[in-house]
Amino acid sequence: MTSLGPHASFILGAYAFTALVIGILIWRSLSDHRAQKRALAILQGDAGERA
Amino acid sequence: MWTRLAHPGHFLRWTGPVMPWLAGLSAALLAVGLYLTWFVVPPDYQQGETVRIMYIHVPAAWLGVFFYGSMALSAIGTLVWRHPLADVAQRAAAPIGAAFTLICLVTGSLWGKPMWGTYWVWDARLTSMLVLFLIYCGIIALWRTIEDPNRAARAIAILTLVGAVNLPIIKFSVNWWSTLHQPASIMRMGGSSIDPSMLYPLIEMILAFTLLGITLHLYAMRTEILRRRVRALTIREAERLDADLRPSRPIGHAIQGL
Repeated sequence: MTSLGPHASFILGAYAFTALVIGILIWRSLSDHRAQKRALAILQGDAGERA
Repeated sequence: MWTRLAHPGHFLRWTGPVMPWLAGLSAALLAVGLYLTWFVVPPDYQQGETVRIMYIHVPAAWLGVFFYGSMALSAIGTLVWRHPLADVAQRAAAPIGAAFTLICLVTGSLWGKPMWGTYWVWDARLTSMLVLFLIYCGIIALWRTIEDPNRAARAIAILTLVGAVNLPIIKFSVNWWSTLHQPASIMRMGGSSIDPSMLYPLIEMILAFTLLGITLHLYAMRTEILRRRVRALTIREAERLDADLRPSRPIGHAIQGL
């Protein structure tokens, strides 16, 4: 890789924005999955206690 | 066999062990693709170093269209066969498709400023991609408006199929109208017009992005199935509590008995 030239800010900006959006997408997927799993465990635990 | 694999319970079982492998493979392909993009691909004779933006812009554009196409197929599955997993697949795909379309629009804009001298023009390709992003936003908003997922599924499936008209417009806009956006250069009659030293890394990045998108989609489908189970159990729990609170004899009978 050589110097990015006069348009370096555009190139780096494009990669930074992509990394940010994909990062948010991955983080949101993981946190949402964890939240649903936790809620399901609580509800199934309640059902188990009644049984 | 397909019906068995597509059953929500079975889907959770077979995708569970596959997810870490898909995530690892996506990360490896992305790492290789980024290495090729930054250290192997030569600068373009016209675009110079700015050509490196194309290695994220083109895969993102492809995924924006790919996820909408898969949503249109899922919409047919919802309307014709009323398959529960078709609706789950559609709902899980919308935010991912919207995110990649947004990446396509922003990176294209950042490429356009140094190359065209402007961030935005109301060109047929750019406008149809913006319309795609707005359709994605409309679908996501509609899902949040209708609480019952079964009722929402039908309305959104119809909206998705109507919006699918935009897909051929995106693809052929550069042929049908005189646009600032360049015509097709990868998939075109007579073969690609890109030099192999730039084409193969681009294909590698498209593969890496596609695998990442599919991995995220399968994971989001698993989450959506769990969300629907949580909803069903919450409703059952509320009905049970409601039944416990209800008096054993109707009030009218109790008054007559006094």
